[in-house]
Amino acid sequence: MITVTVDGKQVELQPGATLWQAAEAAGVGIPVLCHDPRLRPVGVCRLCLVELADGTLIPSCCTPAANGVSFRTATDRIRDHRRMLLRLLLATHRIPCLAQQSTGSCLLEQLGVEYGLLDGHGRPADPALIELRTLALSEAPVDDSSPAILVDHAACILCDRCIRACDEVQCNDVIGRSGKGFETRIAFDLGAPMGHSSCVTCGECVQVCPTGALVERRMAETVRRDEPLRVVASVCPYCGVGCTTDYIKAGPRIVAVRGRPSPGSDGRLCVKGRYGWDYALHPHRLTTPLIRRPGYYPKGPLTADTRGDTWDGGRRKPGSPVPDYEQALEAFREASWQEALDLIAERLQEIRRRYGTRALAGFGSAKCSNEEAYLFQKLVRAGFGNNNVDHCTRLCHASSVAALLECIGSGAVTNSFRDVDRTDLILVTGSNTVENHPVAATFFKQAVRRGKRLLVVDPRRPRLADYATWYCRIQPGSDVAFYNALMHVLIRDRLYDEEFVRRRVRGFESFWEVVQHYAPQRAAPLCGIPAAQLEEIAHAIGTARAMMVFWGMGISQHTHGTDNARCLIALCLLTGNVGRPGTGLHPLRGQNNVQGASDAGLIPMVYPDYQPVADPEVRSRFEEAWGVSLDPKPGLTVVETMNAALSGEVKGMLMMGENPFLSDPNVNKVRAALAKLEFLAVQDIFLTETAEFADVILPSASFFEKLGTYTNTDRRVQLGRPVLDPPGQARPDWMILSELLERFGIPADYESPEKIFREFADLTRSYRGLNYDVLGLDGKIWPVERPDAPERPILFADRFPTADGKGKLVGCHYAPPAELPDADYPFVLNTGRMLEHWHTGTMTRRSATLATLAPTPYVEINRDDAEALGVAEGDFVRVSSRRGTVVLAVRPTDRVAQGCVFIPFHFREAAANLLTIDELDPYGKIPEYKFCAVRIEPAPRPEG
Amino acid sequence: MAETTERKQYLTDELRSQILALAPRYPTKQALTLPALHLVQHTYRYVAPEAIVEIAELLELAPAQVLDTMTFYGSFFRTPDAPLGEYRVWVCRSLPCCMCGGEELLDRLCTRLGIRPGETTADGKATVEAAECLGACELAPCVWVNGEVCKVDSEQALEALIERLR
Ligand code: SF4
Ligand code: SF4
Ligand code: FES
Ligand code: FES
Repeated sequence: MITVTVDGKQVELQPGATLWQAAEAAGVGIPVLCHDPRLRPVGVCRLCLVELADGTLIPSCCTPAANGVSFRTATDRIRDHRRMLLRLLLATHRIPCLAQQSTGSCLLEQLGVEYGLLDGHGRPADPALIELRTLALSEAPVDDSSPAILVDHAACILCDRCIRACDEVQCNDVIGRSGKGFETRIAFDLGAPMGHSSCVTCGECVQVCPTGALVERRMAETVRRDEPLRVVASVCPYCGVGCTTDYIKAGPRIVAVRGRPSPGSDGRLCVKGRYGWDYALHPHRLTTPLIRRPGYYPKGPLTADTRGDTWDGGRRKPGSPVPDYEQALEAFREASWQEALDLIAERLQEIRRRYGTRALAGFGSAKCSNEEAYLFQKLVRAGFGNNNVDHCTRLCHASSVAALLECIGSGAVTNSFRDVDRTDLILVTGSNTVENHPVAATFFKQAVRRGKRLLVVDPRRPRLADYATWYCRIQPGSDVAFYNALMHVLIRDRLYDEEFVRRRVRGFESFWEVVQHYAPQRAAPLCGIPAAQLEEIAHAIGTARAMMVFWGMGISQHTHGTDNARCLIALCLLTGNVGRPGTGLHPLRGQNNVQGASDAGLIPMVYPDYQPVADPEVRSRFEEAWGVSLDPKPGLTVVETMNAALSGEVKGMLMMGENPFLSDPNVNKVRAALAKLEFLAVQDIFLTETAEFADVILPSASFFEKLGTYTNTDRRVQLGRPVLDPPGQARPDWMILSELLERFGIPADYESPEKIFREFADLTRSYRGLNYDVLGLDGKIWPVERPDAPERPILFADRFPTADGKGKLVGCHYAPPAELPDADYPFVLNTGRMLEHWHTGTMTRRSATLATLAPTPYVEINRDDAEALGVAEGDFVRVSSRRGTVVLAVRPTDRVAQGCVFIPFHFREAAANLLTIDELDPYGKIPEYKFCAVRIEPAPRPEG
Repeated sequence: MAETTERKQYLTDELRSQILALAPRYPTKQALTLPALHLVQHTYRYVAPEAIVEIAELLELAPAQVLDTMTFYGSFFRTPDAPLGEYRVWVCRSLPCCMCGGEELLDRLCTRLGIRPGETTADGKATVEAAECLGACELAPCVWVNGEVCKVDSEQALEALIERLR
């Protein structure tokens, strides 16, 4: 520790602290313009001057404090210097700037008033300043090319904060300076308007800008100076990273979103979290319960798009981004809550009476809270009387979880994503992290810049590959061959962790019997990576002190998804990379609450906390807690349920926030299945494609309108707080579910989500010690068995939760994907997501900013293939598989290899899942979204 | 499914290896930015946007960083309609040269060549720019032509210079 004296007051500090930090510690504020504690100090504005005992003036933000130093922060000399600096900055600053005009948040103008350069109304008052301003250069117009952010160079003070935020925090490297002297400007890429640059609209630069040079458009355009602002601390509704947010409100409106500093996301956000919240205000929000009119039976799709009837030989009118509301709404009449809820209960019970309990099923959602997921599965299990409850995890990580449970006895991630700071080597495979877990990716990029090595394995080149030490473009679907080759070398050259394997792993011999067949020379032609590179990478892994493995849908969404995940687990077990800092297995969770929805039991085989429904002891505990007898038979999974609906085994369904019409593979089959249901009730915030098949639709409150907990990819349980009021009569799902539970004879007088959380937590081990107070602002990583227990972010330091405490190596042989390309369907289709959109687009296509940034569907084709097909950027093609056809624009690129194409699945007017195959992984029952064969033909531009 | 072909490359392989060959002389790859820009301008007579992007790739920088360095110096030409001429001519206008007629010299030279300071003649032969002290005040009024300084203090000297630039 060192001792420093600030204005006569002594403080103790860690060595290396700056003078500015010393002042903070002493409770003395020093004004700053260029400094932000999250950024590297650069000392360009000189505003933070302090005076040393010998009279030297130095900037405090970038000066390390020497032991015993004493300085003053408010002398006349400091004041004079500051005044002079402020005068010069104000001379060329737009007064008032956009930030000052709207929220009064321009730091420079605030200081101008404080130092008497501006008067109480914010107008120049200092004669020298007024004179200087007459000499100032003319002001450039505001750059409004970005849909979300305004750039006003005339308000910029060149403090460098945005440059550092973009380069060092988000690692996007978009902003630099250009020119010199008076002509210096911040510049995007080569001086492009922001909206035309490589900017990804994360808004980090806006968050750090001290003036109105970079401002939120919505804030600048809608907030009046005198409006009081309020801040609500919550989390982001989108992905599994679970970034913490501050929603800034003026009156009832949200006007901006800020990243809230926390141990997980460090105050960062991506474009969805920052700008994608306005779907909640969309006029399409459902506001009253709806009941299908008698004239609309037998049931079928209501809109032309959902019917798919304009596909007609591939020439179809372009669909709208969301279902045609007028067309769909005609089929429904408004009803009271009482009537709608009674009808649902009555009809479902009637089906149960007539066809038996197994004729009912429910799909919950990984977007709803833990409390709602818990209530939903309780309704199905205790109310419907079976285990037919599942959710979209089935479509993403079910195979990963199946492999994890088999090999190490737990489906949870073993280390948190920020552990990349403590590793040597990061393996990211089958994950387009930069677009799908953008904030997690910023930590990966930063780690690489701090010297960690990065191995990226993916058939489609993800942006993260730009940062990688090795990028391996493996043949689609050849993951098993690739990893087997690495493990072959690790064992052959004795580079694996023999000690770890001896103590903590079983199955080594039988494992070697499999991987011995995958010598690099043999695996190379299967996976497309040269043998020499396989050797090199295996050696790098074998000699790394610690390695972390992250994976996404590129691993799991295959018919051999479970095998893929088994390989990654084996790689970690073999090299002893589990249970230590900087190691571990991290299947990046997609939805904001995939982890939580699974924890809460939205899975057909297990109760909350992964307790098997087939285990009599477990079952009797739940029977006791819920006061009913429970079905011992595991229920149907998502795709199985759809098959059962088609075959007539399942007749009645409740869907909470799921839209299987667009998300499940083989849309044509789903359409037939939904139409066949005798009764379907849907609770959602919008009228989705799936809701077109509903008998009753209930309006739910959105994420922003309710209280509840969400568990992110790190297992961190965090509180989401209400920011807006629900529109019309919309109600939170937990209230709706309580009403339905009561109607099924299960008492459910929960007056708040907190009550539900208690009931759920008490039935688990992992959540038992948690409550809303313990969660606080930062949340907590489970398991927490006692409220005062310390967090355990790293799991399995000594044993795995398996019968003998050991992990299991499971050898898998390479098998080709289900549908290989052939002469008729020569291309391999890969599907996935893009940065600006979420899943079926229900939310993001109703968000003004996101929809503007990414308005239309496209197919990525390799440049050479595009040339051979005679199509260029923006031309239309017809993409057909054995199951369907879509027409969409071409984007030639090097990101996909020759013979491969990629379509994002967000766009209902060119639904990728019309093409995908509903072939399942035998263990995880996950569909093969990442590989099917398609044909591509040039097509005329659709009319309209 | 073979590896894809590269996007069309702007900088020649030769130029790329020339740039990278300088690496051992510098502490970091970033420090190669200026020499790389000079080499590119020497070859193409201007620095195209494609070149900035490729230099950035080569040196593992962001294009914005290369632009930053490049625009800090006045020496780079950015568009094909205003490339650098075969001869680059700097006419000094700092005080000592000014007192010996530097400004007038710049004026006359430009008028005779039919361009304004900073421009290149239509035949691409010469670019004339105003410069600050060239460190050769004893030659005032001083002119720098492709790296060599000379005194242009007479009609003959001016004519000889113009002759060279035509
Ligand atoms: S919004 Fe994000 S990517 Fe765009 S310039 Fe700002 S920090 Fe960079
Ligand atoms: S990274 Fe995920 S959680 Fe974070 S802001 Fe973006 S979408 Fe939201
Ligand atoms: S805040 Fe310290 S120099 Fe700008
Ligand atoms: S003033 Fe012209 S060379 Fe020094």
